[in-house]
Amino acid sequence: MGTYITFPELFVLIPLLGGIICFFLPKNLATNFAMFFALATLLVAFIALRFTSEAHISWNNVSYEWLKQLGSTYYLGIDGVGRMLTLLTAIGFPIAMYAAMYKSKIENTRSFFGLMLLAEAGIMGVFLAYDALTFYFFWELALIPMYFLCSIWGGPKRIPTTFKFFVYTFVGSLLMLVGIIYLYSFTGPKVFNDGTTSMHSFALTAFYHANIPPTAASWLFWLFFAAFAIKMPIFPLHTWQPSTYNQSPTPVTMVLSGIMVKMGLLGVIRWLIPIFPAVAINVADIVIILSLIGIIYASCLAIVQDNLKKLVAYSSIAHIGLMCAAIFSSTTLGIQGAFLQMFNHGINIIALWLVIDIIEKQTGVKKLSQLGGLATKAPALTIALVVIACANIALPLTNGFIGEFMMFAGLWKMNPWYAAVAGLGVILAAVYTLNMIQKIFFGPVVENTAGSQDIGFFQKVVFAVIIIGIIYLGIFPQQIIDMTSINLQLMGNIE
Amino acid sequence: MNAILISAIWGVVLMFTGAFVKSKQTPKYLAIVGIILLLIGNGIELYQEGVPFFAYDTMNMLRTSSFNLTFLEVLFAGTLMFFLLSGRDVEKVGEHVAEYFALIFFVLCGVAISCTYNNLLMLFLGIEIMSIPLYVLTGSSKLNLKSNEAALKYFLMGAFSTGILLMGIAFIYGGNVNGSFYINQLDFGTQAMPTFIAVGIVLLIVALSFKVSAAPFHFWTPDVYDGSPAVFTSFMSTIVKAAGFFAFLRLFKSSLGSAAVPWQDLIVFITILTLLIGNVTAVFQRSVKRMLAYSSIAQAGFMLFSIFAMNERGEEGLLLYAAAYSFATIGIFAILIKLKDYTIDGFNGLGKTHPLLAFCATIFLLSLTGIPLTAGFQSKFFMLLAASEVAGKMWVVIVAVLFAAVSAYYYFRVIQAMYFKPATEDNVEPNEVTTGFKICLVVCVGIIILLGVYPEFLLGWKYSY
Repeated sequence: MGTYITFPELFVLIPLLGGIICFFLPKNLATNFAMFFALATLLVAFIALRFTSEAHISWNNVSYEWLKQLGSTYYLGIDGVGRMLTLLTAIGFPIAMYAAMYKSKIENTRSFFGLMLLAEAGIMGVFLAYDALTFYFFWELALIPMYFLCSIWGGPKRIPTTFKFFVYTFVGSLLMLVGIIYLYSFTGPKVFNDGTTSMHSFALTAFYHANIPPTAASWLFWLFFAAFAIKMPIFPLHTWQPSTYNQSPTPVTMVLSGIMVKMGLLGVIRWLIPIFPAVAINVADIVIILSLIGIIYASCLAIVQDNLKKLVAYSSIAHIGLMCAAIFSSTTLGIQGAFLQMFNHGINIIALWLVIDIIEKQTGVKKLSQLGGLATKAPALTIALVVIACANIALPLTNGFIGEFMMFAGLWKMNPWYAAVAGLGVILAAVYTLNMIQKIFFGPVVENTAGSQDIGFFQKVVFAVIIIGIIYLGIFPQQIIDMTSINLQLMGNIE
Repeated sequence: MNAILISAIWGVVLMFTGAFVKSKQTPKYLAIVGIILLLIGNGIELYQEGVPFFAYDTMNMLRTSSFNLTFLEVLFAGTLMFFLLSGRDVEKVGEHVAEYFALIFFVLCGVAISCTYNNLLMLFLGIEIMSIPLYVLTGSSKLNLKSNEAALKYFLMGAFSTGILLMGIAFIYGGNVNGSFYINQLDFGTQAMPTFIAVGIVLLIVALSFKVSAAPFHFWTPDVYDGSPAVFTSFMSTIVKAAGFFAFLRLFKSSLGSAAVPWQDLIVFITILTLLIGNVTAVFQRSVKRMLAYSSIAQAGFMLFSIFAMNERGEEGLLLYAAAYSFATIGIFAILIKLKDYTIDGFNGLGKTHPLLAFCATIFLLSLTGIPLTAGFQSKFFMLLAASEVAGKMWVVIVAVLFAAVSAYYYFRVIQAMYFKPATEDNVEPNEVTTGFKICLVVCVGIIILLGVYPEFLLGWKYSY
C-alpha cells in the first residue's frame, strides 16, 4: 500500500475527476477543460516512463482493501505492457479530443467530453487492474460511456448498431464474469495485512497459481476467450465492428479501434495465457486458424469496400487478427512483435482516422467513389496520409515494419503455412490501402473535393509530430521491446 | 421486536388521524415521522445487539438476529425513500389518504413478523398481516376497473395460497416427531423423509413461491402490478416481495438445513423457469409499468438463488439484493408516476427535457441490469458467487447470466428512449417535479452507487453481533 499517490491511481483518477467535473462546467469551458485533463494524463504517462525500475516499485503499485470477506482488493499496478498501453491511451485521447474540437458539429460538448474522460478512466483501469474483480469493474465501466458516446453522437443508424455492439460486449463480459467466479473457486486463500483470511482470492497472482482441473480449464479458457475475442474482434465474433466504426463519430472510432481493441489483447496477454498456459498451447491452432480466416476475410472485404470508414474498420480486423495469431504462436519473436505492434497499430490507426475525419469534414462524404483529386487541393494532407498508410502496410523504416516482420518470423517458426497465409494478408493490405490513396488523392478533381483546402498550420504540426513518431519507432523499436520483456516471462512456455 | 410494536401502534395512530384531521397533508408527514421512528427503534435494537425496548415474552416464537434486524432496517429505509419520493402521489389515489398510510404500516408490521418468526404459526400470521392490507391497497383506486379486477384477482389467488400454506404447516406438524411448530426443532436430518413432511414442504414451497411471484405461480403478478395504482405497485413489488424472500430463506435455512440437498433440484427448476418467463415476457411489453412487473419476476429469479444456494454468500446476496432492487425500483417508479404516458414512448427525449430525472432513471436501470459501480451488480455478483459454491450447479450460473444479458435489452430500451429519441412534447406532468423530489432521487442514486462501490457498508451490519 502506497503512502503517497501512485502512478496507477493518477491514471485513473485524473480522467475520472475531470470527466465528472466536465458535466457541470459551462459549455465553452468544458472542451478546453477536458483537453487539459487529457494532457495532464499524458504528462503523467511521460513522467511514469522514467520511473520503471525496481526501486520505484511502490510508486507503481497500489492496493486498497475492498470486499475483504471475498478476498478482493482494489489492486492496480503497472507492468511493461501496462506502461506501454497507458502511454498509448494517454496519447490517443488528446488526439481524439482534438478531432472532436476541430470544425466540430458536436452539440452538448459537456456530456461528450465528460463521457470521453470517463471512458479514458475505465480503459486505464483495465490496463492497470491486478485483481479480477477490479478488472471486471473497469472492463464494464469502459463500455458504458462508449455506448452513450456512439449512440448519442453517431450516424443515422446509430441506435440499432450501437446496441448490437453493446449486447455483443455485454454478453462477452458476462461470460467472463462466470469464468472469473468459477476460477475463483479454485484459488487458494488470501491473507490480509491485519490477519483476516478469506477462503479464496481474486488477485491475479492467485489466479496464476490456481489449481484448476484440466477439464474445467479447457472450457474456462473459452469463457474468457469469448469476452476478449469479441473485444478484439476475432472472426466470427467481429460482426458488430464494421457497422459500429462506421456509425460512431470519428473521435469515438479512434478510441474504439486504436485503444479499446487493446483491451482484448491485454486480456489475452495478462490473463488468458498465463492462467491457462497448457490450454493455450493445445488450442493455439484453432485460435490461429480463426485469426487467419479473419485476416483474409476482412482484407477481401476491405478491397471491395466503397465506404472509407468501413474500409479502415476491416483493415483493423486484419491487423488485430495477425497480432492475436502471433501471440498464440508461443514464440518469443512472435509475441514481442505483437507487443510492438499493439503500440504502433494504435498510433497508426488513430492517425489514419484523423486524416479520414478531416476529409469527411471538408467534403462531407465518406465514399471512395465520390472522392478524387484531393492531392492538388491538399498536398500536405496527402503526404501525411501516404506516410501513415505506408506505416499501416508495414513498409520498412516505418513503425509497422519491425513488428509485422517479427510476427511473421514467429508464425513461421510455428508453422510456415500460417506465415504464408498471413503474408497473403499483407499483400491484400497493400492492395486496398494503395487503392484508397489513389481514389482519394489522385485522378480528376470531383465535385465534392472542389471546395476543399489544405490543412492549417496547427494540423501540420500535429501530423509532423505523428510522422516523426512513426519513423522514430520504425528505427528504434528496442525501447518498447525492452519495456515489455517482463510480460514475456509471464507467458510461460515459449520457444 | 421494536419494529412490530411501533409499526402496529403507528398504524392505529394514522387511522385515527384519518378520522380527526381533515388536512390531506398531515398523514403523509405523520407517516414519515412514523417510518423514521421505526428506523430508529429497529436501529437501536440492532445496535444493542437484540435487546428491545420492552422485554415481553414471545415464548421464543419470534427470534431476532443481526441478519434479520439489518434486513428490516434496509426495508424500512426503502419505505422511507418510498414515502419521500411518492408520498405526494399516495395523496392522489383517493379520498382516504390516512388509511392508505395506516395500511402500509400494517403491512410493515407483517413484514417485521415474517422476518423474525421462529414458529410456523408466526410465519402464517406475518404473511397474512402483510397480505390483507395489500389486497385493499390494490383495489384502492375504486373507480378504476382495472384496479378492482386486480384486487379481486389478488385476493382470490392470495386466499388460495394461504390455504396451501396452512395445509403445508399442518402436514409438517403432523409429520414431525417433536410435534412442534418451532422451525428450529424441525431439522429433518439427511435420512429419508416421512411422506407427510415431504408433502408439507412441497406445499410450503408452492405457497411461498406464490408470495414471491416465482414461476409457475406468478400469474397474478403482471395483472396485479399493472392494475393497482402505480405508487402501491412500487411498494409491493419491492418491500413486500423482499420480506417474502426473507421468510422463504429463513424457513428453509433453519428447518431443512442439512436436508436441503434433495430440494435443490426443485428450487433450481423454479429459478430457471422464473428467469425464463420473467425475462422473455418483459421483452415484449410496451408499457413500462407492465415491463417492470415482469422484470420484478425476473429479479425474483435471481433472488431465488439465495434459497437454492443456502450459504453465507446467498444471505449476503439477499441482503444486498433487497437494498439494490428496492431502491432502484422505488426510484424508477417514482419517476414513472410523474410521467403522462406509461409506455416506453412516454420516456422519449427525457434526457433533453429533464436531464436530472433521466440521469437518475438511467442509474436505476443500470443497477437493475447489473452494471458495475451500481448496487445491482454487487447483488447479482454475490448471488452468482453463492450459486457457484454449490457443487455441480455451475450451469445454473451460466443460464442466469444469459438471462441477465436478455434483461439488458428491455432496460436499455427505456434508456434509448430517454437519450436517443426526440421528445414530442413535455412528457412530465407540470408542477410535479419539486426540488425536494430531485434531492431525494439524487440521494437514492447515491445509495445505489455507495452500495455498488462499497457493499461492506451494509454487510458489516449483518455480522455486527
